[in-house]
Amino acid sequence: MTGGSASPLFAAKVGVARAVGRLSRRSGRGGGTTLPGRVLLRMAPDAISRLGGRLTGPRTVLSATNGKTTTAGMLASALQAAGREPVHNRAGSNMAWGVATALLDGHGEEGLFEVDEAWLPRVVGEIDPTLLVLGNLFRDQLDRYGELERLADDWAEMIAVREGRTGFVLNADDPLIADLGRDRDLRRREGVTFFGIEDPAQAVPELQHAFDAKHCRRCGAPYAYERAFVGHLGHYTCPSCGAGRPAPDVFATGIELRGIEGSAFQVHTPAGRLEIELPLPGLYNVYNALAAVAAAGRLGVGEQEIRSGLHSVRAAFGRVETIPVGDRSLSILLIKNPAGANEVLRTLRLEAERGGAPLDLWLALNDGIADGRDVSWIWDADFELLADSVDRVHCTGTRAAEMALRLKYAGWPLQRLEVVEGIGEALDDALAASSGRLFALPTYTALIELRTLLTRRGLAAEFWR
Amino acid sequence: MSELRLLALYPEQMNIYADRGNVLFLQHRCEWRGIGFAYSAAGMGEGFDPAEHDLVYIGGGQDRDQRMVAADLIATKRDALEAAVAGGVPGLAVCGGYQLLGTSYELGEERIEGLGIAPLHTVREPGPRLIGNVSIEVDLGSGRRVLAGFENHGGRTYIDAGGQPLGRVIHGFGNNGGDGLEGIVRENLIGTYLHGPLLPKNAWLADELIARAIERREGERPALEPLDDELEDAAHADAERAAERG
Repeated sequence: MTGGSASPLFAAKVGVARAVGRLSRRSGRGGGTTLPGRVLLRMAPDAISRLGGRLTGPRTVLSATNGKTTTAGMLASALQAAGREPVHNRAGSNMAWGVATALLDGHGEEGLFEVDEAWLPRVVGEIDPTLLVLGNLFRDQLDRYGELERLADDWAEMIAVREGRTGFVLNADDPLIADLGRDRDLRRREGVTFFGIEDPAQAVPELQHAFDAKHCRRCGAPYAYERAFVGHLGHYTCPSCGAGRPAPDVFATGIELRGIEGSAFQVHTPAGRLEIELPLPGLYNVYNALAAVAAAGRLGVGEQEIRSGLHSVRAAFGRVETIPVGDRSLSILLIKNPAGANEVLRTLRLEAERGGAPLDLWLALNDGIADGRDVSWIWDADFELLADSVDRVHCTGTRAAEMALRLKYAGWPLQRLEVVEGIGEALDDALAASSGRLFALPTYTALIELRTLLTRRGLAAEFWR
Repeated sequence: MSELRLLALYPEQMNIYADRGNVLFLQHRCEWRGIGFAYSAAGMGEGFDPAEHDLVYIGGGQDRDQRMVAADLIATKRDALEAAVAGGVPGLAVCGGYQLLGTSYELGEERIEGLGIAPLHTVREPGPRLIGNVSIEVDLGSGRRVLAGFENHGGRTYIDAGGQPLGRVIHGFGNNGGDGLEGIVRENLIGTYLHGPLLPKNAWLADELIARAIERREGERPALEPLDDELEDAAHADAERAAERG
């Protein structure tokens, strides 16, 4: 422990911020997952490094455009199965103040933090992680993050200075991520574990529209794709400079997707082979599981604990959560960018095919800052996938009309599309019209509104717990 | 039966702000009216014949893609594009595609040559990117109309002598956040920073482009069959309100 972190003044600031957290929770107006950290960082801008310095065990930091909260939840579940309880920003509050709040609230030697893509370089500088897990980069909220290439450049700078101090778990199938694991001469960096999918049967028949890594990070030549699994994640090489997909150390084979119920697959690791049953759907969650397995291995978690951790993982807040509402059930799937939405749409189509019946849907498009004020992205997502698989559809949110418009131009039946103002009213209408199960697809702030509504009605636990 | 032949330039590179939404919107509004819709694309290294297209579209791209496209446009497409525009072929150039119409784009020390087919130039000045909801007032010859959308650009664009802006900013930044102007018009070519995508939020402009494309090809302005635009109108009103809120 440094003298700085033990100073009486800093301790007093920590005390004030903790009191703010208690008050904020007692008032029941919000989760208190950001406010205490905000207060603390205002008083002590270096609080993350001071509090982080008290963690004497492994410090794992994890980032990605899609799957941060879920992957961190999987890893936490595996650690928990091994009897380890890391300090963890489990509510998904992943900017600096969310991390600071987790550090204020948590007790323990080990840390596990998911961090927003744009905040990552700064937070990594302060937490000084022992392990850095990077899942993917997709176009997302261009009004907030800017261009993808620039974000990848910032990450590359961050990695280059951390080699030797930090271990890395990187997605081999995402060229923007995999390239971080090699230096300028294509030499593999020290301490890298690559993960990927090795199951050609899961490839998409054609490359999706929202495709974010067409050109080699090194030489600018177009990548040659042998196959793609999710967006631009797949098997690729650069025909010009030869910077292709690195062979993964941890990989999945024999993947069986079971609609909304989840999937089963084998994971091969340097230590052996694991049979995984995952209660979360879609190929994107196979990627999340691979990141979690690879990271858990690096953290010394045993095979049995990894398996049981993944088997018992609960959906992260609003990521395929199912809630009973009277005699109906409500399945909530967050949508926030084209790549993530496409995977949700693929999963729902599989679900409609498996069930042999069209689906009832509720979509809520908001344009708050946390959603991205620019709603352009809905035109990049492949809503066409569900045109023949939907029954009753209700659209709501601050940009409900544009959501409905997108669906109209995706070929969804216009006579079954309704725009309803007010999230609560729209939900009631959609539940009443549904034939049993309603699928809710909200953007981030709409998800918070939905969750608050359900909590008020006594139907859902408070998310900040 | 009428037909509209749309040419998309560099759809693989210039698609960052969901530009396919604009193309999709034109396609459906043609097809619902029994107007044939033929789509073709010209990418890196590919030329095109201006006589074979009725409407040209180019969207926005990331900096790296835009640099590559700029050089290729000049090498393989400038003459055809100039001939198309001079001949009255309607065109829509959005964001990065709009910047490329001008003479140059200066990024500090670096100067990217543009097509020079519209009198404008773009510079990267100190200051933040110009990001947000935006609405502008335009008159394309049939009275005052409003276009609403979203803008997100680092470059500041200035119209040079003889250039005619697309419209005046009501809310938002427009070309450069200073002179209150937005976009450019030359013949039937329109350049603008408004994405979002632009056409689904402004169905009237989509129909205007369709009508002009058919008029140029057939010599007579068509009376387009009205469509049920309840959702289109609501989306436009929401986009306008969003721009008002800032």
